[in-house]
Amino acid sequence: MDKDVIISYIPHFKEALFLTLKIGWLGILLSLIIGLVGASLLHFKVKFLQKIVGIYIEIFRNTPLLIQLFFIYFALPKVGIQITAEKCGVLGLGLLGGAYMIETFRSGLEAVTTIQTESALSLGFSKAKTFRYIILPQALSMSIPGLVANIIFLLKETSVFSTISLMDLMFTAKDLIGMYAKTTENLFLLVVFYLIMLIPVSIIGAIVERKVRYAGFGD
Amino acid sequence: MQALGIDVLFKGTNLFRLLQGLWVSIEISLISVVISIVLGLIVGILMTIDRPFLRIILKIYLEVVRIMPQMVLLFIVYFGTTRVFGWDLSAEFSAIFVFSFWGTAEMGDLVRGAIKTIPKIQFESSLALGFNTVQTFVVIIIPQTIRRLIPLAINLITRMIKTTSLVMMIGNVEVLKVAQQIIEANRNTSPNAAFGVFAFVFFLYFIICWPISRLSIYLEKRWA
Repeated sequence: MDKDVIISYIPHFKEALFLTLKIGWLGILLSLIIGLVGASLLHFKVKFLQKIVGIYIEIFRNTPLLIQLFFIYFALPKVGIQITAEKCGVLGLGLLGGAYMIETFRSGLEAVTTIQTESALSLGFSKAKTFRYIILPQALSMSIPGLVANIIFLLKETSVFSTISLMDLMFTAKDLIGMYAKTTENLFLLVVFYLIMLIPVSIIGAIVERKVRYAGFGD
Repeated sequence: MQALGIDVLFKGTNLFRLLQGLWVSIEISLISVVISIVLGLIVGILMTIDRPFLRIILKIYLEVVRIMPQMVLLFIVYFGTTRVFGWDLSAEFSAIFVFSFWGTAEMGDLVRGAIKTIPKIQFESSLALGFNTVQTFVVIIIPQTIRRLIPLAINLITRMIKTTSLVMMIGNVEVLKVAQQIIEANRNTSPNAAFGVFAFVFFLYFIICWPISRLSIYLEKRWA
């Protein structure tokens, strides 16, 4: 391994890291929104929409992200829907993540006992307020472990973006290997940058998990 | 049909080639799953044994697998180790190696979780009855965890199949690569082939993974 080569490549990887993080977090944000909305729809058993959410979950949980991205990026333009690679990445990650987030939030909502709802209603909370102030906070804190796992999973999945020529970490490594054939140095940097991206998430996740464990109160 | 490029699927041997490509993915994932289950059982048992050194090693192994994207692992094995050690690996072997490496960690963690649910008294009674440690695990503990493990192992199969779509990146000709070849070959005659072919591949993955994951959920509910 050549130290000078590694140092000279760092700026490329830094740039790629920022792009990966940008798309990754936007995608995760989208997946959280989809997850919350979807889980609420399932929780309130909204007719018809509930079925659509179910179908959506099955479709996106049972196909690889790679195919989803290919479909959005290469196939949809043929029927007139054209989007940029970046938007495609965010959309793909958001849709895939959404399916997982819904399941996580739903199991959190299911874990809140019915007595909580009943007590809140009998104390005079409206239905909406019960959900917002009583059920949701408890459900959220119970879904934190699943949430952290999902976020790490989604950040890992960003490596697939390189296939739709987004300049993420994977793409940069592949590109540089292709140009200068410094395989070992590039792979070393690739691993280091993924560690830089994911270890903090893993540690913060563990801390948050410990902090929010108040949901178990009263068990 | 022409406009959506679905007709391309039925031209010549295209459909057959796609299914052949799909078989490559399934083959890789099935081999990897079998290896993962066997090794995962061993790793899972080792994780419950109270040896600090062993525990640290396995912890590091688990974290590596948890944090590194499978694609990076594939690149390291297929491009990295071949460069450093000068050996020659086929794309298929690298894929099976990486997916087993990943699957073993996943399976090991599941096994560890399942063993943790077995009451301690089971270990103690079995040791008191004169079984040694290996016998305790093989005859007493593992059979009790099977019902919990089978749905999770089945679920691992679908995850494995989904992950094998990545082997295209190291030049293995599987369903997605075949799809790309077909689209390229028919670029002039049906420019919209990308829609029909990718939609079909999307459907193929779904039709394979969906029943398996339903089965896993069904068994989990039934045996819970």
